[in-house]
Amino acid sequence: MNVGVCIRRVPDTETRIRIGDDGVSIDTSGVKYIVSPYDEFALEAGLRVTEGRGAGQVTVVTVGEADATESLKNSLAMGAHRAVLLEGEVSMDGLATAKALAAELEEADAPLILLGVKAADDDQQQVGPMLATLLGRPCATAVTQLEAGEEHVRCHREVEGGTEVIDLPLPCVVTITKGKHEPRYATLRGIMAARRKPLERKPAQLPASRLRVQRLELPAPRPPGRIVGEGVDAVPELVRLLREEAGAL
Amino acid sequence: MSAAGLLVEPVTMPRTGVETESMESAVGVVAAYVEQRDGSLRATSHEVVAAAAGLARELGGSAHALTAGGPGFAAQCGPLGACGAEVIRVAERDDLARYQSESYARVVADMVAGGGYRVVLFPATALGADLAPRVAALLDVPLASDVTALEVEDGGLVATRPVYGGKAFARVAFDASPAVVSLRPHVFPPAADPAAGRVEAFVPDGSAPAGGRVVEFRSASRGSVDVAEAEIVVSGGRGMRGPENWGVLEEVRDALGSAAALGASRAVVDAGWRPHAEQVGQTGKTISPKLYFALAISGAIQHLAGMRTARTIVAVNKDADAPIFNVADYGIVGDVFEVAPVLAAEIRRLRSE
Repeated sequence: MNVGVCIRRVPDTETRIRIGDDGVSIDTSGVKYIVSPYDEFALEAGLRVTEGRGAGQVTVVTVGEADATESLKNSLAMGAHRAVLLEGEVSMDGLATAKALAAELEEADAPLILLGVKAADDDQQQVGPMLATLLGRPCATAVTQLEAGEEHVRCHREVEGGTEVIDLPLPCVVTITKGKHEPRYATLRGIMAARRKPLERKPAQLPASRLRVQRLELPAPRPPGRIVGEGVDAVPELVRLLREEAGAL
Repeated sequence: MSAAGLLVEPVTMPRTGVETESMESAVGVVAAYVEQRDGSLRATSHEVVAAAAGLARELGGSAHALTAGGPGFAAQCGPLGACGAEVIRVAERDDLARYQSESYARVVADMVAGGGYRVVLFPATALGADLAPRVAALLDVPLASDVTALEVEDGGLVATRPVYGGKAFARVAFDASPAVVSLRPHVFPPAADPAAGRVEAFVPDGSAPAGGRVVEFRSASRGSVDVAEAEIVVSGGRGMRGPENWGVLEEVRDALGSAAALGASRAVVDAGWRPHAEQVGQTGKTISPKLYFALAISGAIQHLAGMRTARTIVAVNKDADAPIFNVADYGIVGDVFEVAPVLAAEIRRLRSE
């Protein structure tokens, strides 16, 4: 079974965010970029599906600018078979991104499409279920464990109050969160092999964003707190402050 | 072909404005989707309806609550009037008793399209995160998720939402109608002016589209409060030394009552001590509880981003220089294994007074 995995290039989660001069985007100078961590889980899940069945290819797809080829190469080095860069300027409007991905994937032979549950930049948590809706496919979100069968995929989902195990008929879309798919490291051999793997570039069929970022701001600094004291002796005073000053208890 | 012309069936738009045209104040401009579980309204419902009522006042109309459930569920929905819902539209059908992504999305999208609303609000809960993107896609409008503030500016909605795991906030305007937004739990106050709360139940057309089939549900060991929705969160970090010591944190959580949930730092989840569902921070959940306890958490940048909007933050750490103390309102420098049991006992004593 062929698997499509959609990824996003994002700033490393260790990055200290600074606001750019335009006031609506971040200052990218010195920022290191990575494949969004959730998308790496999705890629790992996809690789295990094709490896487990001994058949099928994993195609990684991203919407982004030329520098996103670096993320695709990382994915090829991890084991994906081919990569597609849909060139365009990705925005916070996840529906626009989903439309660009749908235009690419609706004709592709990819019964299973995997994405990270959210991208670690705009945190919108929406492209997966939007893509599924556009393609008319069922979708399971926030999946921690995935097993692919012939007719369906079995998904373990994080839901309120526990874990739901759901059988989703193929073709379908699944978004992956942290769980059983700890991503492998790219080996030297994988990195060498990646150079010979197909990486296609084409313009994204990306509609204009209909979410307009007016301003990007750093969070307001919290007013300075205080050390109530040291060790167990400070506990009664802490609890008193929580009740009387903070009104929190 | 254009990407917009994919397999989505257009949502039908029956304008059933007959009874509302004569009652100007009842014209719904803002819809609030409210969530039920096992036939009862969830606590977040009051926040979402109150936020809708506040916005509706500014936009010159009224707020409607939209919900779905099994036959008879409408009888539970009257109280939403007290939060500011003028009309409460309840889709009742056998297969809607339990949440199912595809069928709920279709029913809710039809309700929204039929109501002609300018703004639609969802709770940014686990269920809301699953439902809202599908509804937005069916309506062919964008979605702003996990919003922490709403304003009306020049007659249009402006939403503020966290990005980069809470390291920054974006103010976002909408170039589409309705503006669809999901609201972070505990940020919007539940109080509002009461409204008529007229309950209108109906049976939606159609049946459930093909979707997933739930084969098993495993309840978490205790309680059902998700860390993203809990009023109080008790989080542990690497300083807990191992998963076998979590009883210390459970004791504090239990002392705080049923509104409290356990959280964890990334280090703890990566080490396999706790499930990812509990992780607070950039690659976990970004949360705004009323009270947050960071116990034996040093405060990595991703963690601080994920919890810094909590109303009150308490930190206990052996290291007086730990970054967590920079965001904590109240700190105790000390050994968590000594402090936490006393803290639990003291909270218990106070709550029983």
